[in-house]
Amino acid sequence: MLEVKNLKASIGGKEILTGLNLSVKAGEVHAIMGPNGSGKSTLAQVIAGHADYEVTSGAVEFLGKDLLDLDPEERAREGIFLGFQYPVEIPGVNNAYLLKAAVNAKRKHHGMDEIDAFEFLKLAREKMTMLGMDPVFLNRGVNEGFSGGEKKRNEILQMAMLEPSLAILDETDSGLDIDALKAVANGVNSLRDPERAIVLVTHYQRLLDYIEPDYVHVLSGGQIIRSGDKSLALELEDRGYEWVVEAASA
Amino acid sequence: MSTDPNNLESLVNRRYEHGFVTDIEADSLPPGLDEGIVRAISAIKKEPEFMLEWRLKAYRHWLTMQEPEWAHVHYPQINYQDISYFSAPKSDSDRPKSLDEVDPKLLETYDKLGIPLHERARLAGVAVDAVFDSVSVATTFKEKLNDAGVIFCPFSEAVIKHPELIKKYLGSVVPHRDNFFAALNSAVFSDGSFVYIPKGVRCPMELSTYFRINAANTGQFERTLIIADEGSYVSYLEGCTAPMRDENQLHAAVVELVAMKDAEIKYSTVQNWYPGDEDGKGGIYNFVTKRGDCRGDNSKISWTQVETGSAITWKYPSCILRGENSVGEFYSVAVTNNMQQADTGTKMIHIGKNSSSTIVSKGISAGRAQQSYRGLVRVMPQAQGARNHTQCDSLLIGKECGAHTFPYMEVKNPSAKVEHEATTSRISENQLFYCRQRGISEEDAVNMIVNGFCKEVFKELPMEFAVEAQALLNVSLEGAVG
Repeated sequence: MLEVKNLKASIGGKEILTGLNLSVKAGEVHAIMGPNGSGKSTLAQVIAGHADYEVTSGAVEFLGKDLLDLDPEERAREGIFLGFQYPVEIPGVNNAYLLKAAVNAKRKHHGMDEIDAFEFLKLAREKMTMLGMDPVFLNRGVNEGFSGGEKKRNEILQMAMLEPSLAILDETDSGLDIDALKAVANGVNSLRDPERAIVLVTHYQRLLDYIEPDYVHVLSGGQIIRSGDKSLALELEDRGYEWVVEAASA
Repeated sequence: MSTDPNNLESLVNRRYEHGFVTDIEADSLPPGLDEGIVRAISAIKKEPEFMLEWRLKAYRHWLTMQEPEWAHVHYPQINYQDISYFSAPKSDSDRPKSLDEVDPKLLETYDKLGIPLHERARLAGVAVDAVFDSVSVATTFKEKLNDAGVIFCPFSEAVIKHPELIKKYLGSVVPHRDNFFAALNSAVFSDGSFVYIPKGVRCPMELSTYFRINAANTGQFERTLIIADEGSYVSYLEGCTAPMRDENQLHAAVVELVAMKDAEIKYSTVQNWYPGDEDGKGGIYNFVTKRGDCRGDNSKISWTQVETGSAITWKYPSCILRGENSVGEFYSVAVTNNMQQADTGTKMIHIGKNSSSTIVSKGISAGRAQQSYRGLVRVMPQAQGARNHTQCDSLLIGKECGAHTFPYMEVKNPSAKVEHEATTSRISENQLFYCRQRGISEEDAVNMIVNGFCKEVFKELPMEFAVEAQALLNVSLEGAVG
C-alpha cells in the first residue's frame, strides 16, 4: 500500500530524513519508535504533505500513485489520514461542520453523493459512543478548549468517520491518562481491517500493550535502523535505544 | 414575499414601480461647487424654498470646515471643485460599450454571485437600455404599505409630499455642522430613501433598497431618513451583494434614524462598492455618516453591517441613547483585501437612565489591506445604570495586512458598567494544513474559518441577507491565501 524508497527530506535546509525505506501492506499495523529528534514526526508530516518539509530525493508511492505529486487535500481524499500530535484549535468552526465537510470532500472525490445530514449525525453519534465522547463535542468549535485527551479522541473520531486506507497516528498516546488511552486504543482497534493499514508513531511501548503491532521499526538519524516484531518494542522498553543505535553504526 | 427570497434574480429584477425613478430632464451640472450649483440642484429637483435654505446654510458652513485627517486611511487629496455635483445618467459615449470593456475580474465575481446576465451590464455601468419588466409584486407591496400607513418613498418625493416631516426631522440627528462630509452631503445631496412608520405600526415587510436598484446615480450623495414613531417597528435593508461600479469616486452618504418611545429600528447593510483592482485603482471612497437617535424611552436601534467593498471606508454607525432603557446595537463584519483601507466602528452615547449598548465588531484583513476599528462609548453624567459590552475581534489572513484598534471610553457616571474585549488572531498555516489533511481545500478551509469568525454577526442579519453575505465573503477573500 505504502512504499517509501530512500526518502530524504529537510526543513529549513536541515536534513531530517536521510534515506528512509518503509513498506506497509494493507491490513498491517506498524509501530515506528525512536528517540527524540530521530525524524518520526517528520516522516508523518512528509507523507501528509506539509509544505514546510522539502523532499530532496527518493519516492513515496501510495496505492500505486506517486504521492509526492499530490496536494495534501488530494492525499487525504485518496485515503491518507494523519492523526496529529498537536491537533490545532479552530475557534468558531463547528466540529460537526468540519467533520461533515471532510467526509463530503472525500465522497465527492470518489464520485459519491454528499452524506445526508441525518445519516451523518447518526453515524457520528455511533462513533462517539464507541470512543466515550459526549455528543456535545459535535457542536463545539474544532478542538476549542478541548483537553489533551479530548483532542486525541476527536482525532480518532475523524479517522473513524473518514475510514482511511492508511492512518498515521503521530504520538496519539502522548498526554493521555490511562482511561483515555484505553478509549483511543479501543477506537483504533475497532478500525483494524484487512483493507486498512495503520502506522503508529510513538515513544513508548505503553500504547502497544493496547494496540498490538505486526511490525516495529526503530528510526534514528532519519533512517530505519532496525525492524522486528512486537518483541522488539518490549526489548526497547527494557534496554532503551542506545544499543540499537550503536549496533547500527558499528 | 411571495417569491423565493434567495433568488437573487427575482430580487434584483424587481422594480419599485411608482417611486424611485426620479424623472429629471436635465444635463449634468459642470464640475465645481458654489452657491449657484446648490441653487441649481434644488431647482432641478423643484424643491420648496425651505429645502434650498437648508442646503445653503449647510453649504456656507461647509466652506468654514476642514476635511478630517484623523482617520487611519491614506488617499490623494480630493479636489472638490473637480467634482460634478449633479449628473444625469452618464451619456453613453462615456461608458463602456459592452461587457468586453469591463474589468474581467468584476465579471468573474458577478458569475460567482449568480448575478443574472442582463443585470451585469447595468451594474458594471455599461451603456444599455435597461428595460426591466415591471413587476406587479412591487405594486402589491406599495398597496400593503399604504394600507398600514407606512411612507416609503424617494427622499426627493418626500420633500414635496411630506414637507412637515422633513422639516421636523431632517438634520435632527446629523446636523449639517456635524462633520465635513455630512455638511457637504447636506448641501448637495442627490436623493435617497425616506421612511415613516406611524404610531403602533409594525411595518408589514422588510423595506429593501432592492426595490429601487434601478434608480441610477443617486448613490454619490445619498440621504436617508427613517422615522419610527411611538411603538412602531421597521427592518430596513440597504445595499446589495453585487459589486457596484460607479464613475463617481467620492461617496458621502448620510443616514438618520429616529426611534420614538417603544419603537425599534433594525438597519441592515450589505455594502459591496467596487474596491478597485488589485492595486486599488478605481475604487470608491466611501465616507458615510450614519446615526440613530433613540429619542424615546424603551426605544431600540440596531445596526448590522457587512462591508466588503470600497477602496476607502470611513464609517461609524452610531446610536444616541437618549431615552430611558433605550438600547443600541452594532454588529459589524468588515472585510478588507488587496489595497483596501477601512476605518470603521461605532459610537454609543449614553444619556438615558439604564440605557444599554452592545458592540460586536469583526474585522478581517487580507492582502495588503489596513483596517482600523474606532469606537467610542460615552456615558453622560445623567445616564444612571448605563451598560455597554464591546467585543472587537480581528482576523488576519497573510502577513502583509494590518489591524488596528482605537477604542475610546468616556464614563462620567459611576454606576455605569462598561466592558471591552478585544482579540486579534491570524489564520495559521497549521489550521489550514489541518483542514487540508482532512481533505478540505485551502479555499474552503479559509471560508470555513472566516464564516465561523463572523457567525455572531451573520445571525443578526435577515435570513436571505445572511446567506448572501456568506457567499459574498467567500468571493471577497478568494485568493487571499497562497
